[in-house]
Amino acid sequence: MKLVVAIIKPFKLDEVRQALTAIGVHGMTVTEVKGYGRQKGHTEIYRGAEYVVNFLPKLRIEIAVASELAEKAVEVITANARTGQIGDGKIFVTPIDHALRIRTGETDSDAL
Amino acid sequence: MRAVTCRAAASAAPVGTRLTRRRRSYLGAGCALLAAGFTTPAFAQANTINTADTAWMIVATALVLMMTIPGLALFYSGMVRKKNVLATMAQSLAAVTLISILWVAFGYSLVFSGNGPWLGTLDRWFLAGMTMDSVNPAAKTIPEALFMLYQMTFAIITVALVAGSVADRMRFSAYLLFAIGWFMFVYVPLAHWIWGGGFLGSAGVLDFAGGLVVHLSAGIGGLVAAKVVGQRHGYGTENLSPFDLSLAVVGTGLLWVGWFGFNGGSALGANSRAVMAIIATHLAACSGALTWGAIEWSARRKPSVLGMISGAVAGLGTITPASGFVAPWQGIVIGIVAGIICYWACTWLKHRFKYDDSLDVFGVHGIGGLTGTLLTGIFATASIGGASGLLEGNPRLLLTQFYGVAVTLVWSAAVTFVLLKLVSLFVPLRVSREHELEGLDISQHGEALQ
Repeated sequence: MKLVVAIIKPFKLDEVRQALTAIGVHGMTVTEVKGYGRQKGHTEIYRGAEYVVNFLPKLRIEIAVASELAEKAVEVITANARTGQIGDGKIFVTPIDHALRIRTGETDSDAL
Repeated sequence: MRAVTCRAAASAAPVGTRLTRRRRSYLGAGCALLAAGFTTPAFAQANTINTADTAWMIVATALVLMMTIPGLALFYSGMVRKKNVLATMAQSLAAVTLISILWVAFGYSLVFSGNGPWLGTLDRWFLAGMTMDSVNPAAKTIPEALFMLYQMTFAIITVALVAGSVADRMRFSAYLLFAIGWFMFVYVPLAHWIWGGGFLGSAGVLDFAGGLVVHLSAGIGGLVAAKVVGQRHGYGTENLSPFDLSLAVVGTGLLWVGWFGFNGGSALGANSRAVMAIIATHLAACSGALTWGAIEWSARRKPSVLGMISGAVAGLGTITPASGFVAPWQGIVIGIVAGIICYWACTWLKHRFKYDDSLDVFGVHGIGGLTGTLLTGIFATASIGGASGLLEGNPRLLLTQFYGVAVTLVWSAAVTFVLLKLVSLFVPLRVSREHELEGLDISQHGEALQ
C-alpha cells in the first residue's frame, strides 16, 4: 500500500479528482495549505504599509492506494495538475505500514 | 413668569379637550410646582416642540448610534488581525455601555446646562428636572430628552474612535479606565466649550457636527496614546495585514449612511439645512473615496478597496464641521482636499514620525477634523449657515477657526497624556508580550474566532 501525497494548485482539484475516480481511486483527503518553492509571492499594500507575501495557497491531496495502482495514480495526478507554469506542485509517495476501515474493522487492502 | 405661562397654556386649552375647572386648577398648581422645582432659568417649558423635527431627530439618533455599533466596530475590526477582532469590537461595545450611563449621570448636565465659559452645571444630574415637555435652548423644537439622547451618541462615538490608535495592544482594563477619564476630562469640557455655551462657541468658533469636538479631539488623543502605549510588536517587520477587509467595507457603509444622521441631525430639525448638510456630507464621501483611489492608482498602480473606504471616511470626517455652513457643491471640493491630505497623513507622515496609529485615527479623523474646521473658515456661506468665510470676504472666521483648532489640539493632547500616565499607575497600559502574540481575544476575553 502506498500513500500518495500531492501538493497542487487549488483550481486543479476537480480535474484531478475526476481523473482519479476514473482509474479506480474512490477516496481522498484534501487540506488547504500554504507553500512556496520557486513560485514568487506577491506584495500587498495597506495604507502605505507594504507586505511581501511569500506563501501561496495550495491544496494537499492524500490518497491511499494499492502498491500496483500507485504509479498510475501519480501519472494521472501529474497529467491533470500540470499547467506548465512554475508552482504546479510536487507529489510524494510513501509506504503505508497498516490501514484499517473504522466502521467495519477491515484491514489493509480491504480498507483501501 | 413661568407660572403665568403655564396658566395661560392651561386656559388656552382648546374647547374640545374638556378641561374642567378643577382639572385646570390642578394643571396650574402642577405647573407652579414644576416651575419651583427648576433651579436654572435656562430650560424653557414652552410649547415649541415640533413633531416633524422630533421624528427626524429620533431617526438621526438611531443612525448615529448605529455608526458606533456596528459601524465602527466592523470598520475597525476588519482592519486588525484575526486574533484581535473580538477585542476590538469589545472596545466599541464598552464605549456604548459606559459612556451612555456616564452621559446621563453627569455628562449631559456638564456640557449642556448653564452657560459658564468653562463648564456647565450639575442641574441635570441623572437628568433631574427633565420632563416630558422641557426643551434645551439649543434645540427648542425637540424634547430635551431627545436632544440629550442625540448628544449621547456623539459622546459615545468620540470615545470609541480613540481606541483605534491603540488597537492590537491595549489592555482592556486600562482602556476602560482611560475611556471614562477621557470622556470626563477631554470630551465633556470640549463639548461644553464649543457646543454648550462655553468660551470657544462664544468666540465664534464654528463646528457644525463635531470636527473639533469629535474628530480632532479623538485624533489627537489617539496620536498621543499611540506614542505613549508604543508600537505593536512586529511593527515595520512583520505582516500585520487586515483580517477581513469586507468587514471594514460593511462598516464603512454603516458609517456613511449613519453620517446622514451625524451631520444631517446636527441641524436639529427636519429642514433644508439638514438636507444641505447631508448632500455636502455625501458628496464629500464620494469625492474623498475617488481622490484617495486616484492617488493610489497613480502612485501604486492599483486603487485599493481599503484606500477607497479610507478616502470616504476621510471625506466624511473633514466635511463634518463644515456640513451645515457650506454649499453642497463645496462638499465635493472639501472631499478632494480630504482625500489628498489624509492620504499623505496616513502614509508619509506616519512613517516619517514613526508612530503606530494602528487604524489611522489621527491620519483620518484627526487631520480630517482639523482640515475641515479650517476649510469651514474658508468656505462658510452665509445663505446656508448664516456665517461668511474667507471666500465671502470674511477672513476673521478663519482666524477664529485656527483658535478653535489650537485649543482643541492642546487640550486633548495634554489631558490624554496625563490621563494615560495616571492610568498606568494602576494598570499597565499594554498587555504583556506573550498576550500580545497570543492575541487580545484569547488573553483579554477568553474567546477566539474559529
